[in-house]
Amino acid sequence: MSRAKHQQLNIVDRPLTKNKAEVPTVSLSAFAYLFSEYIQYLVDRANSITELEERLERVGYDVGVRVLELLSYREKSLRRKTDVLDILRFIHGPAWQYLFGKTADDLQQAANADDEYYIRDYDLMVSRYISVPRSYEPFNPGTLAAGMMRGMLDSAGFPSRVTAHFVSHKDRPRPITTFMIKLEPAVMQRQAFLEAAKKG
Amino acid sequence: MSVYSLYVINKSGGLIYNRDFTEAARVDTNDSLRLASIWHSLHAIAQQLSPVPGCTGIELLEADTFNLHCFQTLTGTKFLLVVDPHASFIPALLQRIYELYSDYVMKNPFYETEQVIKCELFDENVEQLIRRYLQQAM
Repeated sequence: MSRAKHQQLNIVDRPLTKNKAEVPTVSLSAFAYLFSEYIQYLVDRANSITELEERLERVGYDVGVRVLELLSYREKSLRRKTDVLDILRFIHGPAWQYLFGKTADDLQQAANADDEYYIRDYDLMVSRYISVPRSYEPFNPGTLAAGMMRGMLDSAGFPSRVTAHFVSHKDRPRPITTFMIKLEPAVMQRQAFLEAAKKG
Repeated sequence: MSVYSLYVINKSGGLIYNRDFTEAARVDTNDSLRLASIWHSLHAIAQQLSPVPGCTGIELLEADTFNLHCFQTLTGTKFLLVVDPHASFIPALLQRIYELYSDYVMKNPFYETEQVIKCELFDENVEQLIRRYLQQAM
């Protein structure tokens, strides 16, 4: 009885579900068509590829801010993550799972810079159906996801710059979408300070 | 047993995609454009002339050296596949190509409808599909 009643409620009236199996999913085609239309809309309005990416990134940013809020509530992790690696693992794992139905494939720190991290996805959902023509070359549809990551990082207190790139790999038929995360110096200073405090 | 070439014709009879899978099947660009528009008109005429009620047009052209299979979508886009006379399961293969078209062409924001298809991912996936089909047929 209560179950039937629960089903009848409009989606906006229903309580935020905590059951993982109940998390609603959107059809991939519906998303792909909407995203395709949205990129066309932006292409019509942007004057350059940089502007196009900026606009797409800004949309992702807003999504990221909201997703972080929602997921922290659902995961009951009401304490803010203070460690860079913690928040990056959260993005790589649960957040990616929630957004794209799978975790990201790789999380790695840059070899030559402490403040740079890479997150890789071998088959990023948002660019699965999109072939970028030569004339739009540096454009990467994954910029949407980069915006989401920046949104999450920013609202968690880790201001940073996130960019999406296609990187060819000899063992893979498709180029890998690589997100480059560059944290701001203030974050690194705080991190060093926290680590020193931990050591006592 | 082999697949020679694939043509995609838009609803007004223009050739929007052409791909040859074997060197032997290569024809002149002008000829392939002509093939597309002639097929488009013949298809429309056949549909009107056919004594069969509810006829959707020519589906198969049989020749001594090749078979030409045609699949028309509800929106009027036509997929032509030129194959060996002994090739089997071609309608299913055309269906798969249509699926790839709706995924990698129609969902691509940089594609303008009814224009020439220039989508890397569509090329790659068609190539892969044909390769897999030929392997299975062996």
